[in-house]
Amino acid sequence: MSAQLLQVLFAGLTAGAIYALVALGFSIIYNSSQVINFAQGEFVMIGGMATVSFLHLGLPLPLAALAAVAATTLVALALDKLAVERARNASVVTLIIITIGASILLRGLASLVWDKNIHALPAFSGDKPISVGGATLLPQSLWVLGVSLAVLAALWWFFNRTLYGKAMLATSHNRLAAQLAGISVRRVLLVSFGLSGALGALAGILVAPITFTAWDVGVMLGLKGFAAAILGGLGSGPGAVLGGLLLGLAEALAAGYVSSAYKDVIAFVIILAVLVLMPGGLLGRRAAERV
Amino acid sequence: MLARLGAARSGGLLALALAVALLPLALGNQYLYDVAILVGLNAIVCVGLNLLIGYAGQISLGHAGFFALGGYGSAILAVRYGWPPLATLPVSVGSVTLLAFLIGRPILRLKGHYLAMATLGLGVIITVVLATADRFTGGPDGMSVPPLALFGRALAGERAWYWLVGALLLACVWLALNLVESPRGRALRALHGSEVAAEMIGIDSARHKLAVFVLSAGLAAAAGGLTAHYSGFITPSQGSFLRSIELVTMVVFGGMASTFGAVVGAAVLTTLPQLLTPLKDYEMVVFGAVMMFTMIFMPRGIVPTLAALFKPRTRG
Repeated sequence: MSAQLLQVLFAGLTAGAIYALVALGFSIIYNSSQVINFAQGEFVMIGGMATVSFLHLGLPLPLAALAAVAATTLVALALDKLAVERARNASVVTLIIITIGASILLRGLASLVWDKNIHALPAFSGDKPISVGGATLLPQSLWVLGVSLAVLAALWWFFNRTLYGKAMLATSHNRLAAQLAGISVRRVLLVSFGLSGALGALAGILVAPITFTAWDVGVMLGLKGFAAAILGGLGSGPGAVLGGLLLGLAEALAAGYVSSAYKDVIAFVIILAVLVLMPGGLLGRRAAERV
Repeated sequence: MLARLGAARSGGLLALALAVALLPLALGNQYLYDVAILVGLNAIVCVGLNLLIGYAGQISLGHAGFFALGGYGSAILAVRYGWPPLATLPVSVGSVTLLAFLIGRPILRLKGHYLAMATLGLGVIITVVLATADRFTGGPDGMSVPPLALFGRALAGERAWYWLVGALLLACVWLALNLVESPRGRALRALHGSEVAAEMIGIDSARHKLAVFVLSAGLAAAAGGLTAHYSGFITPSQGSFLRSIELVTMVVFGGMASTFGAVVGAAVLTTLPQLLTPLKDYEMVVFGAVMMFTMIFMPRGIVPTLAALFKPRTRG
């Protein structure tokens, strides 16, 4: 394998892991409510920006990161409690518009609480590149991949081995039946917002040392996460991960071998092609319409 | 029943016509005219988009792309090829309509959020191409657009533009109101309810969806072209993802499946940022909060919620 290809693959996998985390956030909320949460990207932004702030306050990095995840989770819980839950009888489209409003509100708040400048977060364990087969790998990329894997394992355990996780899966399959079995659908929605907030924040903290962070980074990261979730099949956990990695790799390959200006175009053309051939995404559920 | 429906329809249209005719009395200066023109142009896009989203139930997160293409097409033909501006606009709108026809066929097979993603991708592709093909488009900084000339006289001044846009908006609303009550409109609502059921009673849902998609894209392109010629400048941000979201928000905010709702939504969400400008840094926060509160307390949108309030509580 040539060094250049290896380099491109490293970049693609790193970006892909971030997209996968964001996509998982989209899928978890979608599963419990059918809603696309357009504020998901803002969770990513808050995670990165809050970590920068907590570092400035003198907290050590692990504590700052933890505090930022907690803060973002609180914001996500508040979004559900104060807005989404209050409008629970509204149509899905209305709920989506509410999350769009929330994303504008959160971006505005971020530009007030912090500022409109670009902030850097130091890499977790230095910037000294590691040489692998002629290509260089930043230690931060290993952090991204490692933490993502750990998160995936934890999520798998949560959804397959705990009562709460199973209740959430049950709700995603059939809301009414889950309710009849005594599952509080409202609580499930709250937990799914909290979980998505934490996932988004983690993604934001992990990516900040590589790409910097600012009040408006959430727009693009949210867009990519949504694209990844759809590509893999909305609501599917493995689909979100697959979609994220494929999107990251497609972008990196396009930027490395075709044109960096057109990398988004190539990525979205691939997504459109996949959707036209597989209208439910790669691993999406096939559902027939009931009349 | 039919007569009453018809009366409500023409009544609403008459009210809108009166509003357009009387509004200049309240427009004291050029700036207010400017806002009113932008409201009208956005409303034209929203009336078309509402046919697609509100009536046919097909979401599009890429309509700003068509809007921008309409503007750029006209601008490029006029600036780079020296076409007379009156000829560029129809050609540009025609090309965008053709593009929507070609792309709509495969894309409209998708449903719900997948369709949203596909149209969103389309919008992103259009924006990136517009920002990168700088030989034609001037790149991310945009390009200037010559004014529209009618019979050798340049259409200039806010007043002239106000009447042009006002008349076009009325024509679009009239068209939309009639379309909705036509057999085609009923077919759209039927396939919104259930595509399978609609096909069972003989509705070619693919054809109807495509037709309304093409119509809404054409209206967006026309409004985009007019906006470009009116403001004299165009940038790729006209087609951005955020702008597409803004357009959909206007439709839902005003009230889905209500043509007047689309107009009201466009009016409120175009004027609100102007009203909030004095708040400077707090503008986004207040704008987001207003959006959330309105949707929480008026989940069906402004016009349907208000209409339900004023309607007598009898069912007939």
